[in-house]
Amino acid sequence: MSVGEYIRESQIWKSVFRHPAPYDRRNRAVVMLTNFFLHLHPVSVQQGGIGLSYTWCMGGVTFFLFLVETLTGVLLMFYYRPTLEWAFTDIRALRDVTTLGIMREIHRWGAHAMVITVWLHMYRVFLTGSYKPPREFNWVIGVLLLVLTLLLSFTGYLLPWDQLAIWAITVGSNMARAHPVLGHEGPGFQLLNIGGYDIITNASDARFLLLGARNVGEETLNRFYILHCVAIPLVVSLLIAIHFWRVRKDGGISQPL
Amino acid sequence: MEAHPDLTRGVVQGLGWLYLVMFAMNFVWTVRSFRRDGEFESLLGFKHLPKAFVWAIYTGTLMIFAAVHLTLRTSDASAFVLKLPEWFKLSVDWLIADPVKYFAASIVLFVLMLVLRRWWTKPTPAWILLNLSLLFLGFSMTDYDFRQIVGKPDNVPIVGMLFLTGFFTWLYFRQAVENDDRAAAGRPVKEKELSQQVLVWPDLVYTELVCMVLLTALLVVWGVALQAPLEEPGSSVKTPNPSKAPWYFLGLQEMLVYYDPWMAGVVLPLIIIAGLMAIPYIDFNQKGNGYYCYNDRKFAVVTFLFGFLPLWVAMIILGTFIRGPNWNMFGVYEYWDVHKLEVLNNVNLSDWFWLDIMDRSLPKPDATASLLAQTGTILTREWLGIVLTLAYLIVLPPLMAVTVFRNYYVRMGFVRYIVLANLLLFMAALPLKMVLRWVFHLKYIVAIPEWFFNI
Ligand code: HEM
Repeated sequence: MSVGEYIRESQIWKSVFRHPAPYDRRNRAVVMLTNFFLHLHPVSVQQGGIGLSYTWCMGGVTFFLFLVETLTGVLLMFYYRPTLEWAFTDIRALRDVTTLGIMREIHRWGAHAMVITVWLHMYRVFLTGSYKPPREFNWVIGVLLLVLTLLLSFTGYLLPWDQLAIWAITVGSNMARAHPVLGHEGPGFQLLNIGGYDIITNASDARFLLLGARNVGEETLNRFYILHCVAIPLVVSLLIAIHFWRVRKDGGISQPL
Repeated sequence: MEAHPDLTRGVVQGLGWLYLVMFAMNFVWTVRSFRRDGEFESLLGFKHLPKAFVWAIYTGTLMIFAAVHLTLRTSDASAFVLKLPEWFKLSVDWLIADPVKYFAASIVLFVLMLVLRRWWTKPTPAWILLNLSLLFLGFSMTDYDFRQIVGKPDNVPIVGMLFLTGFFTWLYFRQAVENDDRAAAGRPVKEKELSQQVLVWPDLVYTELVCMVLLTALLVVWGVALQAPLEEPGSSVKTPNPSKAPWYFLGLQEMLVYYDPWMAGVVLPLIIIAGLMAIPYIDFNQKGNGYYCYNDRKFAVVTFLFGFLPLWVAMIILGTFIRGPNWNMFGVYEYWDVHKLEVLNNVNLSDWFWLDIMDRSLPKPDATASLLAQTGTILTREWLGIVLTLAYLIVLPPLMAVTVFRNYYVRMGFVRYIVLANLLLFMAALPLKMVLRWVFHLKYIVAIPEWFFNI
């Protein structure tokens, strides 16, 4: 009995993997049904649906990048403190002295890459007409994922607290000031008033809600940190789960009729 | 040594590696060409010369480039043969550092892409385009100002995005053209031939595994090779000039040149999102689901590509590489001069109407009058713009329904059609305002600063 066989026949191995090794046709089907991670997939698919020239693998790559971001992000959270006092120095230390500081590089480049791949995924889904019935709703979920991916990247941009960060966020969030009715420099904000006193001011408008203050500051850092590390990832995870479930329920990857 | 050297040791070395990679790529290509491309009838008096001959010469040249660059022990520019000529830089900058020419060029490219789709999706033209773009990038690296802007760590992914977008657009058109030909010949599309069932293990899971390994390797190499940017500590008093949003929002920031923040930053983005979500519900065309094609869904594809390529990607390029201090436009080889002046004398539609046509001053709301009277004055002042805007949004859709979109209207029904028409009009709003700005120096169509309501 070889070592490999000995291990695979052991009680421990069998308790972890609920299926025999996928050596023959039957077990290759069984493994897809009985393994938690693999059961995202069906047992068999149409050949055309998995060709790289068809899907460009961009949805899968986006998902993988999301996982990479989660992993490296959690590691960074062990190190980084989201306060005015420490944010910048922690990031600089990651660059200069910290072991595995490269996690920051991977996290940042992975984020850029994810923005790009999510666009390309949408591009291919459009070009294969895969949003057409019965997949309309999954396209809508996809658009939400696209927006949330951009917001994830945007909220993360602030965390290094360098010039690049705070000014990019300032420019970006200035838009909220001009939100119709809800921004204190937006058209129609005067409509919301009590006895002539404006309800919407620079301390109560949409921008204030986003920043937690009148300007990008400590409160903003806290707000963006929580959005970036907790709130948005949770929503994205949920939507990805629904997205994948719908891919299966809508009949798998789209194919010509 | 110069303060802003065009050439440094690092650049020369980097270029050496680039040429080496291009040499390797073209070596493989030469072999391919030798096997497949056949020969010239006659070239320069030689009969039956293989087409690969041309590629072989090019490949050899690249090898010499690589060797020279990698062994060069000096960064002295004069010792260096391959600097970008001044006239080339000047003509590129002339073309791109001007909104009208830039936008016109991107539209021309877009149209050429559609019209010449059969030509440029063939392997050889595509390979030539790839080589040209790499050479352009490589040669441009010998320019200091180009390196300053393109070599910024956060801008490197954008260069990657451009190549990826180009590649996938190519891949799309290639498959679409093939399927269109098949359909025209009455044969089933390519995807149809691959309809037998295969097991996910091993066919799919192994592809995924390989993808994951390659991606991990890519990210690690990228992370080691290029440090993530970290500038000075944030300071709310030192405003950088220019202040840019993250690169993926630069398309929106570009709209700020033409529209006020409430439009460019809130209304138009929301309409983009809503419009994307609406696509499956307004596209009633049942063809083209599950395979690549162009002819079967021309309108949908052209509209989407127009929104994605000239209106989104090209705007990001513009915002990233060309917008400099004071949001002025600079050529990629141009020094970012903070004092560059651009004369802005744009006028509002109401100015033009009252001052030029009516030859009198603008009606001015009387601050002591009642709110209603003030509103009346403001509306009178802006009546022309308001009427035009309303006409654009309310009169045009029915007008289009009985003319250009007659067929669509009949097949889509009222609600779908109205949504489509409005989305198209909003999409056209940006190029329209651009043209109005350039041709008539128009600032606002409706200008009501009193209410922060400018269109
Ligand atoms: C975080 C973002 C996203 C992830 C992780 C993701 C992941 C995936 C994956 C893995 C697939 C399987 C097929 C493939 O890889 O192409 C898929 C399919 C699909 N995605 Fe996404 N996606 C995301 C965003 C989007 C966006 C932005 C859209 C469109 C606006 C979209 C629309 C769809 C549709 C309609 C399908 C079904 C395609 C078909 O059946 O051919 N997704 N997605």
